[in-house]
Amino acid sequence: MALDDKQLYQTREFKVVGTRVKRPDGIDKVTGKARFGADMSAPGMLIARVLRSPHAHARIKSIDTSAAEALPGVHAVLTRADFDEITDDDFTADILDNCMAGEKALYDGHAVAAVAANSPSVAKAALKLIKVDYEVLPHVTDVDAAMAADAPVLHEGRANETVPAGMSPNVLSRYEFGHGDIEAGLAKADRVIERTYRTEATHQGYIEPHACLASMGADGQADLWCCTQGHYMVRNTCAAIMGMEQGQLRVTASEIGGGFGGKTTVFLEPVALALSKKTSRPVKMVMSRSEVLRATGPTASSSIDVRIGMTKDGQITAAFAELRYQGGAYPGSPVEFGSMSAFAPYDLENVKTVGWDVVTNRPKQAAYRAPGAPMAAYAVESAVDELAKGFGLDPLAVRLENAAREGTRASYGPTFPAIGLEATLRAAKDHPHWSAPLGENQGRGVACGFWFNFGGDTCVSLNITPDGTVTVSEGNPDIGGSRASMSMMAAEELGIPYEQVRTIVADTGSLGQNEVTDGSRVTFAVGLATIEAARAAKREMCKRAAQVWGIDEDAVEWEDGAARPAGPNAGKHPPMTIKEIAAIASNTGGPIAGHHEANPEGAGVSFATHMVDTEVDPDTGAVKILRYTVFQDAGKAVHPDYVEGQFQGGAVQGIGWALNEEYIYGDDGVLQNAGFLDYRIPVASDLPMIDTVILEIPNPGHPYGVRGVGETSIVPPLAAVANAVSEAAGVRLTQLPMSPPKVLKAVQGL
Amino acid sequence: MSKIHVTTSVNGDPTEFLCDADETLLDALRDRLGMTGSKEGCGTGDCGACSVTVDGRLVCSCLMLGAEAEGREIGTIEGMAKGDQLHPLQRKFIEHAALQCGICTPGLLVAAKSLLENNPDPTEEETRYWLAGNLCRCTGYDKIIRAVLDAAQEMREAS
Repeated sequence: MALDDKQLYQTREFKVVGTRVKRPDGIDKVTGKARFGADMSAPGMLIARVLRSPHAHARIKSIDTSAAEALPGVHAVLTRADFDEITDDDFTADILDNCMAGEKALYDGHAVAAVAANSPSVAKAALKLIKVDYEVLPHVTDVDAAMAADAPVLHEGRANETVPAGMSPNVLSRYEFGHGDIEAGLAKADRVIERTYRTEATHQGYIEPHACLASMGADGQADLWCCTQGHYMVRNTCAAIMGMEQGQLRVTASEIGGGFGGKTTVFLEPVALALSKKTSRPVKMVMSRSEVLRATGPTASSSIDVRIGMTKDGQITAAFAELRYQGGAYPGSPVEFGSMSAFAPYDLENVKTVGWDVVTNRPKQAAYRAPGAPMAAYAVESAVDELAKGFGLDPLAVRLENAAREGTRASYGPTFPAIGLEATLRAAKDHPHWSAPLGENQGRGVACGFWFNFGGDTCVSLNITPDGTVTVSEGNPDIGGSRASMSMMAAEELGIPYEQVRTIVADTGSLGQNEVTDGSRVTFAVGLATIEAARAAKREMCKRAAQVWGIDEDAVEWEDGAARPAGPNAGKHPPMTIKEIAAIASNTGGPIAGHHEANPEGAGVSFATHMVDTEVDPDTGAVKILRYTVFQDAGKAVHPDYVEGQFQGGAVQGIGWALNEEYIYGDDGVLQNAGFLDYRIPVASDLPMIDTVILEIPNPGHPYGVRGVGETSIVPPLAAVANAVSEAAGVRLTQLPMSPPKVLKAVQGL
Repeated sequence: MSKIHVTTSVNGDPTEFLCDADETLLDALRDRLGMTGSKEGCGTGDCGACSVTVDGRLVCSCLMLGAEAEGREIGTIEGMAKGDQLHPLQRKFIEHAALQCGICTPGLLVAAKSLLENNPDPTEEETRYWLAGNLCRCTGYDKIIRAVLDAAQEMREAS
């Protein structure tokens, strides 16, 4: 079966989609009016703070909260004892354990208690009065060390049936994908290389720390305001932890100050709800930056072995990778996605990946933009580059020679429908960047990347107001301009100006279930639901016009914002506009709306090729990014500015991952760089302009051909930068980040 | 702990507030005065999301005490537009799609306004170095730099 065999796409001329309209939340965001997670307050509200473990691994023998509780101004102290244990759902039990430690603190920064007080200063003082008796245990933070037979063990008995007997209990799952015969394929190669690559954990680095405001009444009804990528997920998770019915908890999503996957779970919200329940007062919680870095999800660190065989004319004969990812203290590192995506850009006869999910004494990983894929692509694209250059071949030509295309059986199973990888490679080859001259100590790198993209549960409600303007309610927090995109698609479908549509993000009481804003799904899935909701409203408006004209409703069609008689037998009636139909709606059957609920398949996989020029300073090892170009397939760019923005933002996060960013642990297992000074994300002066080329190979699974674009852009840059730096330095680098000391060592041959 | 009474000016309005001795100007603005346009991204002066001006000078309001506002003139994002007239930088940020999530936007706008007051005709490099203290994780800075340079040109042509 083809991956996206449903043909929903129809060629059409666009009037609104593809233009660069102004976003509806623009003025609020440039004037400071927009309200983010920490910007809400409530009458009588208490402030809560969290006490966190200073140890990487420790048994919590006892917690004495009496002195804290006795401090004037303190209204409640909370520990794990205040929560009911969850015994029937490991996934939610792990989330609760991460929000508030149970028997053991599993990482530096793990929450062990929380205080609600009448002011921040009282809450802070109370934390110092809580006495925790810890029994410090041996710890492990490195993925390879955690797999060793004698490694300190985090959990006993959590490994699933895929893990062979005799491995460390820290190894929880094994994944395998592929087809063909690796050894037979390698035997046909003119050269086989075998390399090990390592990447460090990086944080999503959203500028807005986690924040929420919870209010729970004595009747068991609760309201929660928070910054999240998915308030429906927050509702369902918190309801499970609190033992509430989902319908009794209404969650409203604030404006969200970045997420990149890191806000697809909960950290504070159950604690705030429990404190509100305990005190009968609204409770506000806001994390500090160091709490964000110590206790919210970074992505996995990885250790990856790659074996690839190639003929001297550039044909890949077999490819194998073994990927080991640590995802912190709980199951669920993104190694499965890494194993599935590693060789997705290639059409291979013999391919296999094996992935290992490993736990360590680090914070529970959270999704980070194309989770698991960037490190896999880094390893594979580094090895392909080394082979190509070793044979004196053009690295773009080698990728074109082996590129996955329509009909290719993907390494992870399905057969690809129409995809855009070749288009991005050809665009890269034809771009002036590819032939621009390079100077001394400079190098150019290219790499490809892939992401699956997702659909997921989605609800949209579209209402025609009495004056004929349109409101759209959707359930996905707008993280980069999606309200504009939804309004554009509704306007396109209805044939009315963009300015006559306003899209809002509705609370959990207003719509059915909505999947989190993740998997690059929103423009695809919510867009599809918006188009279908608009089509339902159009059908109803045609029906109303037919009623007025006294003709069959099949004899009415919708065009340019008006119902019109269709065909010669429909009679001669002047078009009836949306405004005219709305004005008489009350007399023709009542208010008019369209809605759509779906879990759409056919998200349409996405590919990109990145090209980067770097210069290495041979005296310091510092790397400068000189020029960067992104080539990516968007299917159809609904709002090109925001598509470019996703390309640029993903590329720059990847540059940070490649060059600077890393979680640094000391021998004591304590995070050493829990601040933006030492966890250094790229700043404006580190970068050139990031050029973009948008390719549009329509996704068969979307009415307008849209593919998600948000995640693919972070997949190629790690390898593209590594390939460029290796060329500039004259030596192959196999570990990230390529920080100045590491590059200097490599250049000096140490 | 008794509170400190502070008399100051915020965006030209005479303003008084009470704050703790160890309370930052950022917290005083947000929690005492309800001016939540300035954001806390780090609390350590590394991200610039809390950028304000004090007597015309660009500072991180998380690194200054509320009590130090006594007798000063504070400028925040809330004072940047004049009524319904957006500052050219605000307009250009919207036109160039120079924001995605928008959390860093107030700080970047305050910092960029300060740049253009000091240097009406900055180069791209000067703009990048001036704004290096304002972190943005969404955009890769490309559209932000374009918006600032475009606003600078429009403001020069208008003056």
